[in-house]
Parts: sequence; C-alpha cells; structure tokens
Amino acid sequence: MSDVRPVQMSSPVLTVRQVDAYHAITVVAPGIAERFRSGQFVAVAVGGEHSSMLTRRVFAIHEVKPDYGGTVEFLFTVRGRGTAWLAERRSRDLLDVIGPLGRPFPLPRDPVNCVLVGGGAGSAPLFPLAHALRRRGCRVDFVLGAATASRVFSAITARRIAETATFTTDDGSFGTRGRVTDVLDQVIDDACSDVVYACGPMPMLREVTAAAARHGIPIQVSVEETMACGTGVCMSCVVPVVGEDGITRMARACVDGPVFRGERVRFDDVGTIPFDALGAPGWKARASGEDRAREAG
Amino acid sequence: MIPDLRIGLGEWELANPVMTAAGCAGSGRELARFFDIARIGAVVTKSVTLEPRAGRPAPRIAETPSGVLSAVGLQGPGIDVLLQRDLPWLLSRGARVVVSVAGGSADEYAELARRLSEAPGVAMIEVNLSSPDPARGGRHFVQDSAAAARVVGAVRENARADIPVFAKLSPDVSDLVGLAADCVEAGADGLAMINTVRGMAIDADTLRPAVAGGMGGLSGPAIRPIAVACVYQVHAALPEVPIVGMGGVRTGADAMEFLLAGASAVAVGSALFHDPSACVRVVRELERELVDRGVERVGSLVGAAHRTAGAAGVAAE
Repeated sequence: MSDVRPVQMSSPVLTVRQVDAYHAITVVAPGIAERFRSGQFVAVAVGGEHSSMLTRRVFAIHEVKPDYGGTVEFLFTVRGRGTAWLAERRSRDLLDVIGPLGRPFPLPRDPVNCVLVGGGAGSAPLFPLAHALRRRGCRVDFVLGAATASRVFSAITARRIAETATFTTDDGSFGTRGRVTDVLDQVIDDACSDVVYACGPMPMLREVTAAAARHGIPIQVSVEETMACGTGVCMSCVVPVVGEDGITRMARACVDGPVFRGERVRFDDVGTIPFDALGAPGWKARASGEDRAREAG
Repeated sequence: MIPDLRIGLGEWELANPVMTAAGCAGSGRELARFFDIARIGAVVTKSVTLEPRAGRPAPRIAETPSGVLSAVGLQGPGIDVLLQRDLPWLLSRGARVVVSVAGGSADEYAELARRLSEAPGVAMIEVNLSSPDPARGGRHFVQDSAAAARVVGAVRENARADIPVFAKLSPDVSDLVGLAADCVEAGADGLAMINTVRGMAIDADTLRPAVAGGMGGLSGPAIRPIAVACVYQVHAALPEVPIVGMGGVRTGADAMEFLLAGASAVAVGSALFHDPSACVRVVRELERELVDRGVERVGSLVGAAHRTAGAAGVAAE
C-alpha cells in the first residue's frame, strides 16, 4: 500500500470541458494536489449525497496545478449514468473526491531515456509523469495510440514535452495506421530508451511488456482494472501478479498498484484465478512440488 | 447533553454501537488511512479461513440500484497471516477486534476458534455461516439449521469461554426465527444479521452475468428493509439475545432504525466502498439523532419499536 495518506474532500468544480473526445473536470482539491505523485488516481462519488449509485468512479489524475491552492484535473468518457452525471457538473458544484490513491510511477534516480506508451484515455497519467521525468533531466519519447484521431489525447502537448512523439490509430486517421506496438521497437531503438512506462488496456500492456522484454529494458505498467471503491476494501480490482518470492497473488490494482513492473503481471491470466495463485486449488501442490525439487537438487 | 453511546452486547460492552461489517473493511489498514479505527465500536475482519484463498475471478462486483452485487469468494491470506500480521496491528491501534471465521466443515471452524482463542485480544468471533458445505453439494451451512447449529456448536466449544460467539445469519432461508433459535441453542451468544441477499444482474452488452460467479450477494440500502424485518422478527421471538444488525446502513438514521427494530449494535458494510469514513460519520450522525430526540442513552432505543408502534402494527394486521 502506498505510504502517502489519501484524503477525502468535498471539492468545488472549477471547470468541465471537452478535450478531444474526452471530458475533463478540474476540481479545487489542495490536499490531493500537494500529495500527488504521477500515476496516482482519484475516486469520485457520483449522483449526489443520496445517490443510488454506490460505487465510486475512478480516474487517473491528468494534471495538478498550484492555482486556487491546488487543483486536480482528470479525464473521463461518458459510459453510463455515473459519468453522464459527472459530465453535467458545472463550476462551483461540489464533488466528493478521494485521493491521491494508488502506487505512483517509480522515477529513475539518474537522467535516463524514457519512452511513454499510452492507449486512448490511458495516455492521461503519462503527462504528469513526462513533466516529472523532464524535471529530472530524462529524455522523454511519447508513443500514443487510439482507435481514431479524436481519441488520441493531447497530441500537441505530447509533441511539446517530448523529444519525439509518435502516433498510431486503428483506422489510420492520424499518425501510423495500426497499434502502438507496431512502432514501439523502432522508437526504442532510435531513442536508445532505457525504460518503458505504459498505461492503457490490458492487451496493449501485454504487447508493450513483450516489446520491452525483447529489448531487455525495464517496464512499468499502470493497469486499467474496474474498481468499485479505489481504497482497497472491496477486492474487486484484482490482477494476478507474481511477487518477489515467485508466488502469484491476486493483487488489488487500487492499493498494490495500479503501477506494477510489467513482467510481474500475468497478462494472459487476467480475468481468471491462475491455478497456482496463492490460495487457488493448485498453489499448494505447486509449492510442495518445488520443495521436493529443491530437496532433490 | 452528550448522549451515552456505550452499549452492551451480551457480556461485552462497546464504546459505541457502530462496527464495520465483515469483508468490507479490508485488513483495517485501508480504512485507518481515513479515520482512527479505535473510535468505532469494533472492527470486524474479513472472514478468515484456515488456508489462503484466492477468491473468484473478476468481475467480482457490480453496481445495482442502491445496491452492490458481489462475488469475491472470500479471498484472503488465511489464519496464520491474520494472527501474525493483521490482528497485532489492529490491537496496536487500539481497535476492538471481531474476527469473522469461515470454513468448509465444522472441524475447520473448530480449529479456527481454537487458534483465535490462543491469540490475545480477540474480542468476539463472528461465525460466517454463508460458506459452502462441501459435504452437502456446496449448499451453505446456513441453509440447513442442523448444519448451522453444528458449526456454531463447534466454535462455541472450542473458543475460550470469555470470547462471545455470534452467528451470522442469511435472509435466504425459509425459517429465520427457527434458524436463530437453533444457533442460540447450539451456544451462540448473539446473532449478526443479515448477510447479503442472493441476487443477479446481467450485462446487456456482454450478454453475461455482471459478476463472474453468476449470482452474487446483494448489499447496500436496497436490502435495508429486508434486514430491518429480519432483526425485528428475531428480536420479537428471542428478546434476550443480542443482535448486531446490518444491511444498508449508510446514515445515523439508518443505524437508529436497526436499534429500534431490536439490534444492540450495527455494522456498516458496502457504504464503506462509497465513503471510507462512513463508520465515524454514522457514529456522529447517530449521536445527533439522539440529541435531537432528547435520548440520553443509546441502549434505551434497542427494540423500542416493539414496545410502542409494535402494538399499532399488530392491530393493523
């Protein structure tokens, strides 16, 4: 669990605006802004005090500014009643916000070359990361992909911050037609990247992790998993992750993540309980088998 | 006037009647980031099993109108980790700790009770009876009074005498009062009710059940009237048996409703998903409710609905 203590605040909305195909809300939340580290997220209550919608909606923090004592901006897409309600907020409305939540992106100690890979709205948390890396003297290269041009988030900002910015779209309406992984190997080679940071859908993270492995460089992924509380109590956002001891656990994306080392996430088993995970039917058999192997060896 | 929020639960006294509900407070650490866990009546742990459990695959939780449908499958690290890591930590923070136990046989429950009795600081054991009984095709213990009573009896026999044992009942049974009486007969010092109500939601986009387990347990304000009815009914039949009431407690007024129905304490469950500081807020709001009504002692509310409006209710039938 992250050491940074989150706070729960009633935060006034500053602005609600459209950014490309997304909505962006900025709220005044000094306690969250001053604690924030890139990769962390907020959990927002929707529908008002007596809402029938009981689970929180969780969004990566896209930008933090010192204005008004500290503001926080997050992006969202209208997907259901909760996000539709959020899109209807106006300035000065109050939002019940908890944050900053989750394990942030670890930053390199030395100035190294970093490639940041984002898919769709998953690009959002990479922007504060890019700023943090630049402040440390790191080279930043962006690779951003989406289904179509309007869903590529903040291409202009990406170009401004990064040494290079490469874009891909499924329909070819912007940048290269195809997936981020179609161009990633080339970017890693050209930029002599030392580390990869990625955020986006699980299948994309799996492919990006494979690419990092091919180049023998470390990768940090921020997983997108549905969360109901964001604080670690509901146990809904579990992902099979291999621990340092080699044992797979059903890790909670909200408090154990959302950032994990890519090679630790068992992408092929996401959505299942792997047979050998701690507490799954096969884990004990496997553990005792290993003991036997050690004894034999 | 500051109302007296202390409440007796059988032999055991709580600083106030608000607890967390099993499975909704993590290990305690998660919520301790938002409030001082020593300030609430008690922290109830996730149901602990003898061995680690990986739980069920995602999706595990779906939102329904005023409710939460869940099928987590008792994911947890097992009793060893609870005793070595979580329990000492909770005690070091000054929390009063109720340990919820779940198992696959009366023997497993008995072993859990023995292990917990050797550890210092366990204030109460709550017996989760909504765990599948492999000997009976995976039906829950709670669905057969005799099986439930056997489990409760095993826990009572193996738990230290000074640790109260509460049986957690489910509303999905044909004779709740009979089940409650059988559990008390078997040695339960009190009852916790209700566990989640069986429910289902289907996702129209994926054409699949909204939780991977198919059916899940419904909690939240959607089930509060069911829970209040269960508490009311059982308190009427067994007025001497202490009850911890739960099911959709979100506000101080909700807590008071359970007390009036006959509960001596309440547990806050899925409201913690929505508001991690719900427990302390409910304590504060409950105190406000008492002040507004000039009630000096929270205990005087317990079962009050049976003494006053109850008569009118019977007349109306």
